[in-house]
Amino acid sequence: MQENLFRINDKEYILPGSRACQGCGLSIAYRFILKALRENTIVAIPPSCLCVLHGLYPTTSVIVPAINNSFASTAASASGIVAALKAQNRPDINVLALCGDGGTYDIGIQSLSGAAERNTDFIFACYDNEAYMNTGTQRSGATPAGAVTTTTPVLTKQGHKKDFVKIMEAHNLPYIATVSPAYPIDLYDKFVKAGRIKGTRYIQIDTPCPPGWGYPAKDTIKIGKLAVETGMFPLLEIEDGKLRFTGRSKTLAEKGKRTPLVHYVERQARFRKMSMEQLNQLQAWVDRRWNEFLRRAGE
Amino acid sequence: MSDVRIITGNEAAALAVTLCEPQVVAAYPITPQTKISELLSEYVERGTLKAEYVRVESEHSALSVLIAASTTGVRTFTATSSNGLLYMHEQLHWAAGSRLPIVMCCVNRGVAAPWSIFNDQQDSMSQRDTGWIQLYCRNNQEIIDTVIQAYRIAEEVYVPVMVCYDGFILSHTMMPVEIPDAAEVRRYLPPYKPHTFLEPERPRTINPVFFPWRRQNADGVLCDGYMEMRRKLQKGLEKARDVIAVASSDYAERFGRDHGGLFWTHRVEDADIILTGMGSIAAEATLAADLLRNEGVRAGVVGIRSYRPFPPGLPAVLRNARLIVVFEKCFSYGYEGGVTSDLKASLYGTGVDAPVIDVIAGLGGRDVKTADLLGAVREAMKSLESGDRACRTVWLNCREEE
Repeated sequence: MQENLFRINDKEYILPGSRACQGCGLSIAYRFILKALRENTIVAIPPSCLCVLHGLYPTTSVIVPAINNSFASTAASASGIVAALKAQNRPDINVLALCGDGGTYDIGIQSLSGAAERNTDFIFACYDNEAYMNTGTQRSGATPAGAVTTTTPVLTKQGHKKDFVKIMEAHNLPYIATVSPAYPIDLYDKFVKAGRIKGTRYIQIDTPCPPGWGYPAKDTIKIGKLAVETGMFPLLEIEDGKLRFTGRSKTLAEKGKRTPLVHYVERQARFRKMSMEQLNQLQAWVDRRWNEFLRRAGE
Repeated sequence: MSDVRIITGNEAAALAVTLCEPQVVAAYPITPQTKISELLSEYVERGTLKAEYVRVESEHSALSVLIAASTTGVRTFTATSSNGLLYMHEQLHWAAGSRLPIVMCCVNRGVAAPWSIFNDQQDSMSQRDTGWIQLYCRNNQEIIDTVIQAYRIAEEVYVPVMVCYDGFILSHTMMPVEIPDAAEVRRYLPPYKPHTFLEPERPRTINPVFFPWRRQNADGVLCDGYMEMRRKLQKGLEKARDVIAVASSDYAERFGRDHGGLFWTHRVEDADIILTGMGSIAAEATLAADLLRNEGVRAGVVGIRSYRPFPPGLPAVLRNARLIVVFEKCFSYGYEGGVTSDLKASLYGTGVDAPVIDVIAGLGGRDVKTADLLGAVREAMKSLESGDRACRTVWLNCREEE
């Protein structure tokens, strides 16, 4: 059952005055994630932007229970919560692990892979802002080729970002999805759906970041939409190996039309040092992935 | 009727865990700990231990799982050794700083490099400042009894407890062990009552960012800052001194076995030559002391059971000592053995001025016989009699460079 704007849970789980930056893509995504999963949820988080969003002791802007554990541990923390809830016979509670691309693609991949291989009953959501934003925009395994970061300051990021959806697909998960805060109804629907499935569910969130990506804070939705329009970040769902496009990406796939990547790249200061050759390579990378998804969606 | 079985140290530990009924166990195999994780898996699969067993992908995750599980309100257990413990190091701090009553067995083994699977105590000694209580066992009976006591201690002071015992020497050696009665263990160890835990009914963020200063909560109440929280951890370990002693004496009353609180003694009443150490080497030292007694030497042994909190009562026991010989299976590189440093510091200003001879023995599993300990004590006595009162470090049975 598709939700719509008027059927979205109107309760707020993040109070005004969170410590997120102005225009933070994560805070928009988190707001709709919690609306979808509702109050019977425990969240595992790492030291990250999300931890900052939660606030400084002894105050918090988030009104669901959460535990911050070490950077590498988010999926292991969630495994511990799941085990403890099972031991206490509380199967009604959703367990959400939410962490950034560093905690997913890099330092957290071991615990995530282990928990996913055990088919631990939780949702792992990665808010992918494509670099270590909380420490000031250092490159991660999720940084796209050609981006300037504080650890690729001169030559830009060499090589494409890891295809993490594929890595998670290799774990034979019951549900994988990609979402964007620029399309909150699609995001909400997918988290509602994920909440009704058992086992490890992986959701990747494209998370525009004004200070890290270098665009005005008012443009977060615009940048998020361009990521989808260009096919840089397609919205999709993979259930038991079957891939399908959703929302705006589905329309784009049906029309066979995408916006050229340059319109996405030119709006972000992180791509200011990108050469034409790098742009062409990134466009080719986007096209290759898009065509692969198209082929799979048609199967 | 008492239930006595001839079992290894690892089996003693696993049986103790079963008696304590943890709800979540997470472990990763490593020699010489492996058998505990295998036995607990078997108990869980057979249903004799009603726990969730999380077969994690690393030691770092093992403790991460327990930190989250304990924070969700359940009793937990893990075990490791050597490099596995080192890999957990970050999580040891998280567990203690979060005041979680996790119990872990550390089956002591040397650390790489050079690569070794054999026993010494460098692994747990390297974790001294993580805020964990560390208890050392001298035999398999003590392992089963100490694990049970560890839960009682941990859950009273909200500080995690590491129960340390020597790899192979105890973990793989069979000894007669009396298995405590399960109903009596339940009376000794009441069900775990978490002080703060994750539940949707009372949402809170556990372990958010702390700033250096104290801050007000939403009601305007000034709350602890980082330093106050760390100070409270130390208060917990200070309180643990009494709690360990009471946990031990109450255990002795119920089960008839007293392994000492923070430390134990052997023939120290009139002793002026004191041998000391932790774990199986201290048990070995009692044999050396008995042999010295046969020769008319007034020798005795002080076995340190609790390394953290360090026992404050040692100067009183050592007040008549002319010579103190410390046997230890670890080293603080660039200085001396860790037990020796702490013992010397505890004697400062108390009037006990006996020379302290630091004997480093058995690193990487090198065999330590009673005769070796005897030889080291005789050497130290000879120096003392010749008027040499210097403290020194001796590497026992270790070839010196030419």
